[in-house]
Amino acid sequence: MTFKTDVYHKSLNPQWNSEWFKFEVDDEDLQDEPLQITVLDHDTYSANDAIGKVYIDIDPLLYSEAATVISGWFPIYDTIHGIRGEINVVVKVDLFNDLNRFRQSSCGVKFFCTTSIPKCYRAVIIHGFVEELVVNEDPEYQWIDRIRTPRASNEARQRLISLMSGELQRKIGLKVLEMRGNAVVGYLQCFDLEGESGLVVRAIGTACTLDKLSSTAAFLPACNSPSKEMKEIPFNEDPNPNTHSSGPSTPLKNQTYSFSPSKSYSRQSSSSDTDLSLTPKTGMGSGSAGKEGGPFKALLRQQTQSALEQRGGSPHRFCRNREFPFFTLTAFPPGFLVHVGGVVSARSVKLLDRIHNPAFVGIMGNTRSYKLLDWNSFNSDEPETRDAWWAEIRQEIKSHAKALGCHAVVGYSESTSICEEVCILSASGTAAVLNPRFLQDGTVEGCLEQRLSWQPGFFSIGSEKGEVDFFPQSQDSSSLLGQEENLPAGCGFCHIPYDELNMPFPAHLTYCYSCRKQKVPDVLFTTIDLPTDATVIGKGCLIQARLCRLKKKAQAEANATAISNLLPFMEYEVHTQLMNKLKLKGMNALFGLRIQITVGENMLMGLASATGVYLTALPTPGGIQIAGKTPNDGSYEQHISHMQKKINDTIAKNKELYEINPPEIPEEIIGSPIPEPRQRSRLLRSQSESSDEVIELDLSHGKKDAFVLEIDDTDAMEDVHSLLTDVPPPSGFYSCNTEIMPGINNWTSEIQMFTSVRVSRLSNINLTNQTLNKNFNDLCENLLKSLYFKLRSMIPCCLCHVNFTVSLPEDELIQVTVTAVAITFDKHQAVQTTKTHVEKSLQRASTDNEELLQFPLELCTDSLGPHPFSPAKEHLESASSNSGIPAAQRATSIDYSSFADRCNSWIELIKLKAQTIRRGSIKTTVSVEKASPLTEGHFRQRSAPACANSTVGVVKMTPLSFIPGAKITKYLGIINMFFIRETTSLREEGGVSGFLHAFIAEVFAMVRAHVAALGGNAVVSYIMKQCVFMENPNKNQAQCLINVSGDAVIFVRESELEIMSTQQPIASCQPACGGGEIAT
Amino acid sequence: MTNELDIFVGNTTLIDEDVYRLWLDGYSVSDAVGLRVRSGILEQTGATAGVLQSDTMDHYRTFHMLERLLHTPPKLLHQLVFQIPPSRQALLIERYYAFDEAFVREVLGKKLSKGTKKDLDDISTKTGVTLKSCRRQFDNFKRVFKVVEEMRGSLAGNIQQHFLLSDRLARDYAAVVFFANNRFETGKKKLQYLTFGDLAFCAELMIQNWTPGAVDSQVDDMDVDLDKEFLQDLKELKVLVADKDLLDLHKSLVCTALRGKLSVFPEMEANFKNLSRGLVNIASKLTHTKDVRDLFVDLVEKFIEPCRSDRWPLNDVRLFLNQYSASVHSLDGFRHQALWDRYMVTLRSCLLRMYHD
Repeated sequence: MTFKTDVYHKSLNPQWNSEWFKFEVDDEDLQDEPLQITVLDHDTYSANDAIGKVYIDIDPLLYSEAATVISGWFPIYDTIHGIRGEINVVVKVDLFNDLNRFRQSSCGVKFFCTTSIPKCYRAVIIHGFVEELVVNEDPEYQWIDRIRTPRASNEARQRLISLMSGELQRKIGLKVLEMRGNAVVGYLQCFDLEGESGLVVRAIGTACTLDKLSSTAAFLPACNSPSKEMKEIPFNEDPNPNTHSSGPSTPLKNQTYSFSPSKSYSRQSSSSDTDLSLTPKTGMGSGSAGKEGGPFKALLRQQTQSALEQRGGSPHRFCRNREFPFFTLTAFPPGFLVHVGGVVSARSVKLLDRIHNPAFVGIMGNTRSYKLLDWNSFNSDEPETRDAWWAEIRQEIKSHAKALGCHAVVGYSESTSICEEVCILSASGTAAVLNPRFLQDGTVEGCLEQRLSWQPGFFSIGSEKGEVDFFPQSQDSSSLLGQEENLPAGCGFCHIPYDELNMPFPAHLTYCYSCRKQKVPDVLFTTIDLPTDATVIGKGCLIQARLCRLKKKAQAEANATAISNLLPFMEYEVHTQLMNKLKLKGMNALFGLRIQITVGENMLMGLASATGVYLTALPTPGGIQIAGKTPNDGSYEQHISHMQKKINDTIAKNKELYEINPPEIPEEIIGSPIPEPRQRSRLLRSQSESSDEVIELDLSHGKKDAFVLEIDDTDAMEDVHSLLTDVPPPSGFYSCNTEIMPGINNWTSEIQMFTSVRVSRLSNINLTNQTLNKNFNDLCENLLKSLYFKLRSMIPCCLCHVNFTVSLPEDELIQVTVTAVAITFDKHQAVQTTKTHVEKSLQRASTDNEELLQFPLELCTDSLGPHPFSPAKEHLESASSNSGIPAAQRATSIDYSSFADRCNSWIELIKLKAQTIRRGSIKTTVSVEKASPLTEGHFRQRSAPACANSTVGVVKMTPLSFIPGAKITKYLGIINMFFIRETTSLREEGGVSGFLHAFIAEVFAMVRAHVAALGGNAVVSYIMKQCVFMENPNKNQAQCLINVSGDAVIFVRESELEIMSTQQPIASCQPACGGGEIAT
Repeated sequence: MTNELDIFVGNTTLIDEDVYRLWLDGYSVSDAVGLRVRSGILEQTGATAGVLQSDTMDHYRTFHMLERLLHTPPKLLHQLVFQIPPSRQALLIERYYAFDEAFVREVLGKKLSKGTKKDLDDISTKTGVTLKSCRRQFDNFKRVFKVVEEMRGSLAGNIQQHFLLSDRLARDYAAVVFFANNRFETGKKKLQYLTFGDLAFCAELMIQNWTPGAVDSQVDDMDVDLDKEFLQDLKELKVLVADKDLLDLHKSLVCTALRGKLSVFPEMEANFKNLSRGLVNIASKLTHTKDVRDLFVDLVEKFIEPCRSDRWPLNDVRLFLNQYSASVHSLDGFRHQALWDRYMVTLRSCLLRMYHD
């Protein structure tokens, strides 16, 4: 559907205020399609020139409690020229009721990128895993691409992806509704650019029923489901959730993991249903656990399992999630996580099928046959294949988890790496035992609800903290948890869920250092954030393992085989490196572990990032001991001992640096050691058992469990060297890849999110694994060093959520992309009062700055008068209303049931009001000529939005789920944007760096503009999921694709919150000024 | 292994003041890195030269991208691409438009044309300001000039509004524009001792008092050109020196009033007629564009140099000028008191400011 405005002649500041566009849209289309606005430069004789486009995702307008209007300045974006101006657009949607039980739309389901329960919501039920994927042909590879312009091709691609992600979101939404949820948390959507074989958009998430916090209205979990009577069904029909928990004597046979045999697919349309009937082998995992792991564990597992099952058993439920008890969340309400088993991961190498495209034979050939062959085959076959691939991987993950005695996987994520026609699918997560209570619907009681409502947010001061204190830990206890109830807080999750005599892998178990009752492993690797109740000693740090392996260039199957053969070795070495580095830091647990394996033409790269911490519950890590293979040689031994000394020094230094000083515990308190076949967990480079002759050089770090590193070849030597080359961040800097830094909790409000990209060309001659490793290591280390240098003005600060992505765009190119946020903190462990004092003085400083800049403020007051509806004013109003009224009152004003009706079906009405384009073209760069004819009046008019932009419109971006020193008062909707930028004048745009720098800045700008238009002032859980960069310097061309997402929110500074409660609007222009605080 | 691409993009654009200064000063990336190394930053931060190189490149790229916006500062405030806090925006603009004293003295009063631009390399060699920086400064002058040239309203006010400069800098630019428009000669050797501050001071007074804007705030070009009518009227002052009686009367009034108060009284008395003739002749000649251009040369030649050669202290100059202009009010035969004041008030302040070594 396309509408056209009149031509606004002879102006660089056109306005189309007079006209409104109202049109009806089908609800499905509304969810799938973005609103597109194209701005053209009118030419009388030739075709109109495109200036650029704006894509607006109207999904946020479809949830009742999110934004009601999208209004603001949007950058006009062109895929060839970038941002070329701005247009002010107002969009409204009116939903009409239409009861249709066969609807395909799922408006009203909220999506969150945040991988924890969003602040200002509480989880009533966490339903579980939802996934979906959609496949299409990539327009870039269609025959038509040979005759159309790059711009047309890029726009087709952008639009298609927008469409596909809309469709995906809608389909996921439908699944959520079928599960009777109302939200998806930890929503992760990814694109696989498979080249000629197509374009896959896939998404995973965790379906939840969320309730707005402090809402007094009774909440109906299923109110969104199409048929009203269904609402009453669930709790009555469900068997009593406690029946299976009759006691430890429950026969083991009942423990089959038969998830939902009675699957009832309510519809067929979903193109990617994982239709495998999965009856996993009830092998080692559960069986062994039952045998020896104590009745308690079996009970617990079974309990949860039954909780999972029983809802699956309900005939009205669509129970796909039972197949995969996965959770994309990384942080949980307290008590949710009972035990953590460890990281589970699975990878698989697949060959992408080439699809014969008849268009390659004759460009203008028979279109009909082309369509038949292509689109049909695509739409029917492809999703099945891809879905089956993923199902396979998920199945493997599930069985791994089972082997660890766990029934669930948390912190789950999936990724791909594609090179030519080979694709590596990866999935990883943390095997865990969850508290069944949280997975059941009916049993939620008052206190539990409140506990659930508490958000992991101990970092922020104020009201939230008060809440924490309000709920004593003893509430963790429940009859179900049995002996767990006596445990001191914060060690439960470390206790092994698996059977110690039948362990799935060799591990060294001891009694928990906190409670002394349960067994814990010597190290713990997880993909989740540090649980809020976990007790750690000292601070954490970013630990990375980096690895490259050369591989022969090969085609198709040979290539896939070569990769498959290399993968296990890479996994092993990455793991070894992580372990070594962890020991070197004197720490015993890894959180947020993310292992990325990237495939290139002639090499494989592995990059693992995690945050190391010292968990009090786990034993003190032993040191690293080096064992030489040929101990007879004197000089060699000297060398070894020298190395050993260096390592010991490093460990000691690290312990000091990260303030790791665990209390010394006399051995006897720990109790009798567990019968242990090995006293040392050895890392053997070869099978030779020369470690008997280990030189006992140092015993200060190692007790009996020293970590032995045997160096018997140059390879290992190099490993030791690389261990020591990692330099710690400069003083005042900390870094981690989790949400928050363990051990730091006095954040101040300054944040700086950034993206840094480096592409390195390898000198191609005689590449060996060693040089490659060194190059890669240097690349990452230098990148980190650069970040520390750039952000030095923020010291003391911490780089949080450091997210490295590696790709191999060409033979000799390595691309590393890092997105992270730097957050300042107060060096002194500040008491709350002093902290607020600091904040206030900071604020004062920023207002002082404001005063220095008199002129824009003057203009501002000048222009605000005659423009009562200027964005600035609106901002003021919204800010005041948001902050002035407590969240509770606003929440109560939302009528859920009427909302459900509204959602049921529709006729939409979109009102689009395009007001003005400023600066139609940037081509005319000589600004003097343009500025001079401006009259005063003109200038003044233009200064209104200027003020809005420069002072009111500060939008913060952060990969974290929170904003330090501030409270998120409202979630406005998900931001999911995909952009393509291409250039045929690379040199003129400042080369590859200039090109990409400008593009990323533009992407940030477009994200900010969308958030601001929704009425928000921040994006949380921001992530750059893809940054695909291709260049062809010889042709002076480059292309880049970027995919970003996040949650648009409104936040209010805690300091302002206090002011707001006592004062009225005048103060509300402060956020604007407050936004001025930034790195200096 | 070489980095083909190396970028850092912050949600809030990072601005390093030191690097910005180096960029403005026209240093190449490698020179800037060299200077930063010498500043001891590596020791302070423990960074490597490679890190510094990458950081400098990154900042330079950012500045390069911002430069287009800095040409029209309001655009910097409007744009959405770079999120920069207001205080930083102000800093960027202010520094970008700041200029070197040495440079401005070279181009002050010159036509801001292509011809002058060609001479910039000479100026660069002479002043030690890099050519790049000279170009930037010159282009700034030219850009500001073009925008405000034909605008009504206060010159400094217009500059401030369109370029968002601080009050101080806007007034300096007003002086530059005023000098460029009237093409006052400032480059002569005998004028070299005058600082930009001196000249800007004079320009400001002339803008205040001698332009059409001084009498009517609603005319075009009110602050840029000298008031033609006023210049025409100044011819009337000639009577002060042409009429011998009037000149003698004037002299006696001044001498009576200053007797015993000046250390250089005899010299003053001897030179009075010359000085008065000089000042009045300057006024009466201002109808000719050529003489307008030579205004400062004439002031120095006709007044400052004679006084200086007689070693008048500044205070005596002040007393003399005060008395000299005040006494005219007592001349009954002289009818152009208002005109005289409009001329002399400005001239007196200018001369006093210019009277130094």
